[in-house]
Amino acid sequence: MATAVSAEEMRPLGSSEDVVVVRQVVRALAVKLGFSLVDQTKMVTAASELARNTVDYGGGGTVRLQTITDGKRIGLRLTFEDKGPGIEDLALALKDGYTSGGGLGLGLGGAKRLSNEFEIVSRPGEGTRVSIARWR
Amino acid sequence: MDRIPILRMSEFLLVTIQVDMHDRLAMALQEDLTDQIVRHRSHGVLIDISTLEVVDSFIGRMIGNIAGMSRILDAETVVVGMRPAVAITLVELGLSLPGVRTALDVDKGMQLLRTSLHGTSNGAS
Ligand SMILES: Nc1ncnc2c1ncn2[C@@H]1O[C@H](COP(=O)(O)OP(=O)(O)OP(=O)(O)O)[C@@H](O)[C@H]1O
Ligand SMILES: [Mg+2]
Repeated sequence: MATAVSAEEMRPLGSSEDVVVVRQVVRALAVKLGFSLVDQTKMVTAASELARNTVDYGGGGTVRLQTITDGKRIGLRLTFEDKGPGIEDLALALKDGYTSGGGLGLGLGGAKRLSNEFEIVSRPGEGTRVSIARWR
Repeated sequence: MDRIPILRMSEFLLVTIQVDMHDRLAMALQEDLTDQIVRHRSHGVLIDISTLEVVDSFIGRMIGNIAGMSRILDAETVVVGMRPAVAITLVELGLSLPGVRTALDVDKGMQLLRTSLHGTSNGAS
């Protein structure tokens, strides 16, 4: 069976206060879905990284939170989207240690390692969409 | 503006991070801590993160900055109370916090600092 969405909600990401709210919402959802404490923490940390990127580099945007299932397993998918400047060189942006803004350059690579599925689409001048999923 | 309190614990400084840090708060904490290290001639800083359920690269960078700044002022930094789930997650995130030592709790952190500063953990100097 292909992956189906059983519930979803959207949250705005315009400020660092919104990043805090998204962390809390992701935590609550992960708890509700029965994720282990470590898996909750991984998902909230990845969400924090991507939400901050959306605010700091994407000029703000949204996150879509989806409860997903493939018939056997249940999971959580988070999709961060902005209409910011986009990323010219995706391979470079994903490299640990690369930052254009005085960070540690760990956010994108870290979010990828912390999730089971990772997808990024970015077009210069149009925006960026990053999607992660973790199965229980 | 909000500030994160810095407590004096015998010869050391103790910072307990309890809130979700914003940029301004993190900057203010770094400034306050520099002032206090110099004023009290402190050689050790304890950062208690036991209430933090998540440490991301932003908080990690802040801890690293504090440690680097303290080292320049001849003070050592020990991070205490990191939750196991946070520690596991940090490894996958790729955050290694070079030069920052960790201890289970504030007491163990003070022992660590004393041993490292005086070669004894009983507080005598
Ligand atoms: N949504 C986005 N829009 C535009 N550029 C982005 C976006 N997300 C990331 N980037 C670019 O990719 C780079 C790497 O991002 P990453 O999150 O890995 O590191 P960082 O944000 O620079 O530092 P850290 O996350 O460790 O604090 C960023 O510096 C930025 O140039
Ligand atoms: Mg980032």
